[in-house]
Amino acid sequence: MELNILWFWIIAVMFIGYFILDGFDFGVGMSLPFLGKDDTDRRVLINSIGPVWDLNETWVIVAGASLFAAFPEWYATMFSGFYLALLVILLALIVRGVSFEYRHQRPESEWKKWFDGMIVVGSAIPALLWGVAFANVVQGVQLDAGHNYTGTFFDLLNPYALLGGVTTLLLFFTHGVVFVSLKTDGDIRVRARKLATQAGLVTIVVAASFLLWTVLAFGSLFTAVFAAAAAVALIGSFLLNLRGSEGWAFTLMAATIGLAVLTLFASLFPDVMPASNDAANSLTIDNASSTPYTLQVMTWTAVIAAPVIFLYQGWTYWVLRKRVSRSNIEAAAL
Amino acid sequence: MNEWLDPLLLSRWQFGLTTVYHFLFVPLTIGLALTVAIFQTAWVRTDKAKWLQLTHFFGKLFLINFAMGVVTGIVQEFQFGMNWSTYSRFVGDVFGAPLAFEGITAFFLEATFIGLWIFGWDKLPKGLHLATIWLTVVGSIASAYFILAANAFMQNPIAFRINEERGRAELTDIGTLLTNPISLASFPHTIFACFMVSAGLIISVAAFHLYRKQHVDTMRPALKFGLWMMVISGALTTLFGDSLSLAMVKAQPMKMAAAEAMYHTASGANASFSLFTLGTPDGVSELFSVRIPYLLSFLSTHTLDGTVEGINNLQDQYTTLYGPGDYTPMIWVTYWAFRWMIGLGIAHILVAVVGLWLTRKGRSPKATWIWKVAIWSFPFSLAAMSVGWIFTEMGRQPWLVFGLLKTQDGVSPNVTGLTILISLIAFTLVYGVLAVVEFRLITRAVRKGPEDAPVPDPETGVTPQRVTVY
Repeated sequence: MELNILWFWIIAVMFIGYFILDGFDFGVGMSLPFLGKDDTDRRVLINSIGPVWDLNETWVIVAGASLFAAFPEWYATMFSGFYLALLVILLALIVRGVSFEYRHQRPESEWKKWFDGMIVVGSAIPALLWGVAFANVVQGVQLDAGHNYTGTFFDLLNPYALLGGVTTLLLFFTHGVVFVSLKTDGDIRVRARKLATQAGLVTIVVAASFLLWTVLAFGSLFTAVFAAAAAVALIGSFLLNLRGSEGWAFTLMAATIGLAVLTLFASLFPDVMPASNDAANSLTIDNASSTPYTLQVMTWTAVIAAPVIFLYQGWTYWVLRKRVSRSNIEAAAL
Repeated sequence: MNEWLDPLLLSRWQFGLTTVYHFLFVPLTIGLALTVAIFQTAWVRTDKAKWLQLTHFFGKLFLINFAMGVVTGIVQEFQFGMNWSTYSRFVGDVFGAPLAFEGITAFFLEATFIGLWIFGWDKLPKGLHLATIWLTVVGSIASAYFILAANAFMQNPIAFRINEERGRAELTDIGTLLTNPISLASFPHTIFACFMVSAGLIISVAAFHLYRKQHVDTMRPALKFGLWMMVISGALTTLFGDSLSLAMVKAQPMKMAAAEAMYHTASGANASFSLFTLGTPDGVSELFSVRIPYLLSFLSTHTLDGTVEGINNLQDQYTTLYGPGDYTPMIWVTYWAFRWMIGLGIAHILVAVVGLWLTRKGRSPKATWIWKVAIWSFPFSLAAMSVGWIFTEMGRQPWLVFGLLKTQDGVSPNVTGLTILISLIAFTLVYGVLAVVEFRLITRAVRKGPEDAPVPDPETGVTPQRVTVY
């Protein structure tokens, strides 16, 4: 296999990692108004992701930098083309990130309310817009011969892309709520399971339509397999949540997100950013990638680093495996 | 088009604003991580309560600051593609690799272990918990190395060839790229400057409390620590600043000439360093100046009779080499930024040396103004850091990648001035508000001072574990 094809899939894996991990903390953030009845509840929710949100968010930095290094043309076209969408994502990530840290610095409820609001909005916006962005990449955008995006911001808000955005929003929401049921204890855990059922139903309908649209319009047999597997995993997660197997429901939810992202990347292949106006202007794995030498250097780095990274990140989650409950929060407040 | 909607100008302002802002938090993250790691190590080894109190106290300041460093850092990475897509296409094959290494090896390490450190007090054994903060330190310093290696390529492009057909620079040797003479000097220079900023914070905070005669048990050792850290890291920053200027004279002679606003080539005694100059605003004619003969020759070549090239000669050389154009940076910016960086840096070392003398053997100065000077250490050390960066980046102009790509040619061709104006305003507003909140939270935490050390339960004899909860 050529190295640039390998890197196409490595980039896919990095975004899968990002969406699975930051996906659940977007979901937890969005669930504050639904599950956080009082301040203690909201603190339980925030503390369920407190130690890991930063590590999860680092995945997008690594994915972005790897995209820059492995596919400079893809990175340049996508980031300059989706300028305003990315600006909004950045601002959302900024206010959300500082809110986790700032919220608990002062006791006043007015102060906390502000940051709660910013956590909710700051989680929902990226959850929606990442879906819009990736759906547009799959669908293709207007590119000139220099691979520069020539459409406008509003061209990005087309039906397929918006459906993609709602799909990621709902997937991450459900994923986050299932995570809450896995990671907390007491009343909030029970309520999270109930909410996961309700949200799960809507998510199944929306995600299935989006995946079907993707396969029919942009896919192949290859894509259909991933999409079908994603749908099965999503339904499986829903049923396991009903049965109360929180760990397996969460695992299958993660698998759903991973398979959905694979569906998108498989639909793209071998393009990386198709031009909707003229196929000759499309960015492909071949014309967007770095030189074999750079990719070789990157491959060595990734091969050596990946096992270490998986090991220490996995260990971190294991150390922090204990459920968070109201009593933890109350004990710490004394 | 209206000149205020010039995408180039707006993109440059945005990059400058967001970079300077981001780099207010980075040096503290790097410096305080090390400080906290040292305090915690002292606690683990001596079991003295004061070191634990200092660990928690500066740990809190570190965390208030850390989140800002993370979230403003994402902006930096995205901006290359958003605003500088032509640049990204041109250098991605070379410049992207160190950024990817930074993410894969350093950021993951830093982000993972900082979370474990914050929340791991009651979950990990003492020694392992100590290891998490040291791994955070390693991650933060490694990330500085890679980012400076990437930046060094823009100052002194090496280890590449130009592919005419693809219209881009391509990496030829990763080892050479990562050992750019510029980054070998700028890395220690920047890291020790980060430690100076952190030392500045410790001195400020300790002086604030000691002046009020409160928290003496913890703040006295903190002050001594900060003063020593300032002297040592200040000396090393100066030393590597000197190596950096030697490397700079070789790679970018124009930057050194612009630092000195020296228009004509000079050697020996005439290659003097001006401490202060009054001149016409463009710097072309000099009205009054205080000069040290030979010093510029020494700084640039390490000899007293060296020759230092002037702006005019270099401009002529570059016109021959690269075609007609203006190859001079904005002289008043480089001249004054260079002076403020050096001046503030040396002032801090002096303050710290005098501080060590005044506090020797349990002594404590009485005069109010002495304490005030110490309290101002932090803002001024941060300012020194900022002007240093402004100097190095403005001194690179008009080049984006020296000799290869001009700044004006790197901007995204398809992003309109209006769009960039919107983002510039948005960043300014959000960053402005957050700066106010951040400043208030930090001053509030500083005023509160360290918390009392946990005492063992009288019945069980067990000291309660610290539990972190957001």
